[in-house]
Amino acid sequence: MSQAQANGGSSGARVELRELVRVFGRTRALDGFSLDVEPGELVALLGPSGCGKTTALRALAGFELVDHGQVLVDGHDVARVSPQDRDMGMVFQSYSLFPNMSALHNVGFGLRMRGVRSTARRDKAHELLELVGLHEHAEKYPHQLSGGQQQRVALARALAIEPRVLLLDEPLSALDAKVRTGLRDQIRSLQQRLAITTVFVTHDQEEALSMADRVCVMREGRGEQTATPAELYSRPTSAFVAHFVGVSSRVPVRRDGATVGLWGQEVTVRNADLTARDVDAVLRPEDVAIVIDPAGPASVVHKSFLGAITRVTVSVESAEVRVDVRSDMARDLNHGDRVALSVVARDVLVSPRDGRVDVEED
Amino acid sequence: MVALTSAAGVAPAPRRHRVRVWRGLVLGIAAAYFLIPLYAGLRFSFQDDAGHWSLYALRAIPSQIGFTGAFWLSIKLAFTTLVGTLVLMVPTTIYVHLHLPRVRRLLEFVTVLPIVIPPIVLILGVLRAAPIWLKASPYLLSLMYVILTMPFVYRSLDAGISAIDLKTLVEASRSLGANGPQTLWRVILPNLRAGILSASVLTLALVLGEFTMASLDLWTTLPVWIYQFQQTDGHIATMVSMLSLIGTWVLITVMVSLDRSESRRSRRKAEVA
Amino acid sequence: MSESGLAGDADATRGADELSAARVASGVRRWRGLRRAAAVTPFIVYVFLGLGIPILAVIDYAFRNPKGHLTLANVSTITHGTYLLGFENSILLAALTSVIPGFLGLTLAYAIATSRSPFLRRMIATASGVLANFGGINLTFMFIATLGSTGILTSWLAAIHLNPWNLGFNLYSFYGVAFVYLYFQVPLMVLVITPALGALRPAWREAASNLGASTWRFWRHIGLPVLFPSVLGGMLLLFGSSFAAYATAETLTAGTVTLAPIQIGNLLNGNAISGQENIGYAIGFGMFVVLAVTMILYGLIQRRASKWLR
Repeated sequence: MSQAQANGGSSGARVELRELVRVFGRTRALDGFSLDVEPGELVALLGPSGCGKTTALRALAGFELVDHGQVLVDGHDVARVSPQDRDMGMVFQSYSLFPNMSALHNVGFGLRMRGVRSTARRDKAHELLELVGLHEHAEKYPHQLSGGQQQRVALARALAIEPRVLLLDEPLSALDAKVRTGLRDQIRSLQQRLAITTVFVTHDQEEALSMADRVCVMREGRGEQTATPAELYSRPTSAFVAHFVGVSSRVPVRRDGATVGLWGQEVTVRNADLTARDVDAVLRPEDVAIVIDPAGPASVVHKSFLGAITRVTVSVESAEVRVDVRSDMARDLNHGDRVALSVVARDVLVSPRDGRVDVEED
Repeated sequence: MVALTSAAGVAPAPRRHRVRVWRGLVLGIAAAYFLIPLYAGLRFSFQDDAGHWSLYALRAIPSQIGFTGAFWLSIKLAFTTLVGTLVLMVPTTIYVHLHLPRVRRLLEFVTVLPIVIPPIVLILGVLRAAPIWLKASPYLLSLMYVILTMPFVYRSLDAGISAIDLKTLVEASRSLGANGPQTLWRVILPNLRAGILSASVLTLALVLGEFTMASLDLWTTLPVWIYQFQQTDGHIATMVSMLSLIGTWVLITVMVSLDRSESRRSRRKAEVA
Repeated sequence: MSESGLAGDADATRGADELSAARVASGVRRWRGLRRAAAVTPFIVYVFLGLGIPILAVIDYAFRNPKGHLTLANVSTITHGTYLLGFENSILLAALTSVIPGFLGLTLAYAIATSRSPFLRRMIATASGVLANFGGINLTFMFIATLGSTGILTSWLAAIHLNPWNLGFNLYSFYGVAFVYLYFQVPLMVLVITPALGALRPAWREAASNLGASTWRFWRHIGLPVLFPSVLGGMLLLFGSSFAAYATAETLTAGTVTLAPIQIGNLLNGNAISGQENIGYAIGFGMFVVLAVTMILYGLIQRRASKWLR
């Protein structure tokens, strides 16, 4: 462990992706995508399938050539460097362990390719297997390991070469929910301990928000917003981000200067750059409060129990709004009850009305 | 393989190019090896003894002694074998997949045996063991051909069944009220069409070209006739040989394209609906 | 397939005492077991009659003289002289035409599998299926027209002073037969190995490259070891196919090349001294032995090569 920490000096490269363009036939998988990753930082690329996040990662690894743009590692352009010389450890979605090698030999493979002597290789591989908690499985073949164990070996293998950048391509997506959360925490704590620059691709917002220092939400080959998880959630700059990260409802409103009128309330607009008058307000479930009111404008449509809170869907005029209510309070709300709504957030995001975004689920 | 090697540090672009050159070379050599003999055979069939272009071989075929008999014998054997092999193998394979999954390995093993056991040795045993009345009939060959085609037929059917989730389909069909035969006819067989079709194609191709067993069982099937006739006239014999080849290809193409247009039609129907 | 009737019977017993219900249930199970066995009976009987009996007959006659008495004379005859040579040639031919087409087929299958044209892939899959079952008289004619003394490839090569016949090549010889066998052996290998290539995951290639392996080293450390069991299995099949082949060699050389199957054919066609009919059966038995030994060798190598699979 201490040695791995000592070797941490070689990690922590700065990665800059500049205006990457990659065209497959008629689709632009990357359409001017830029991203800066600070040394030792973990950045998650988040987005629906087909948004270009995997292409961006593969361009960084060297498996995908870009038609345009630059990939800089510590300021050096690596566009002409082949994958095997990039010193980037990558963990793939699943089944990337070499089936004909034991866990130990898988982990040692990268060192073998670098001409490290076999005893040194063994020691290092054992050390890394210990790091991921699989020391006793060193002699097993991949098919004798569970999915989670396989991914941990894959992580050890990627770290064994002391890569300048660690690349994770949806490494948890093929695992059970339980294993996934456990491994998520393990990857994060390892990454922080080794202070290794990491780019992580995922379509799972929970994963991205819980692990990353910063999250880059991608859409149609471009970065939509790059921010810390907290900022992304509470201050999304677009309806797409609001929709993709967390839960949100849209309510048609009329905009009046810097404010909009919502259920008789004047609410400040967060994004002043939008000039249209007819817009949609984008509301988080906790932005709104419910009051039982037989004369209220809204009625309860649906309740779903989520533990401490209950998510209540109410219908108001032409819109449906989802509101989080403490579960003990929600007990009194029944289907069809009339209620009144009030905005409790200090400001709201608005978005153009025609620009409805349908976020596809994978 | 050596051409695949790329020195470290070479940019990906030229490597991709090199792989394409390598692939083109391999495919080119293969194409030459497989196409030149075909071309040579065809050219020889359309020549006379002096080496000039001629259609005489084509015109002369039907009048040659023994040709018609050999031709019809081969056709009869091909279709009886086809019927026999389908009747035996389709229900067995389906049944084993559905109800006897543990027997699958055994079935796999048994159906490989005919590849391993030389047909010439097999016919040797058959000629000793078969009863006289059966030895007097050409259909003894059909019965043996069912054995010979087993490996290919089983593999095609097995692939077809594995490609669909047979058990779920059958359970869904039964839960919707279909009985056994209805399920077989309306659910299983239509979904196995591709597998059955490729099994049939392989069966026909194998039987129409089989020489070993037929010649040792002393029946003049088409391949045996061709072999015997080459002493009389090489051009005619080669012409018949090439025609039987082309006939087999046409048969296969027709069956495959029938299947394709059928599935295309049903897809279009589905789109309209 | 009609289980409804049985279910009805079982329903009728509900309410009776548990013992009788259990008895009915076990009756149902036994009935179902019988029915399942019955469903595969035709297949088993057919294979026994068509495969089992002839094999037993071959083994039986291998150890009998024409009068029907038990003897070892036949088996001892085939371990000497021309019959031994037949076996040696057959084994050499089978080895040559399984290893070489094995690698050629692997290369070709890889070239096809990595090509991006689905049309090419489908076409070659169909063509391989047909060509793998190709052989005998058609193949013989095609090659006589190609590489016979007046064949077109011969004349093309003669035009550039490379006439193969002047360089010691003879189509109607052992090596001629071996060359012609490629025509069905290579497609057979393509057919057998393509699924295994499909199981070679792109992620392995990328992971290796990511860890610093060149293409060559990927093949050496991962690609070939992973494929090895399948390649070996494919070559075994090729060995069997070539060892058993009779039609092509017979029609190409008119029965003159010394191979075990050709000798069987000659003995059976009556080209033998009387009293030697049962030698053919002994050769057949000998071929079983060769194949059995090959299978055992294969099994041993396979165990070593695929220890990571278990």
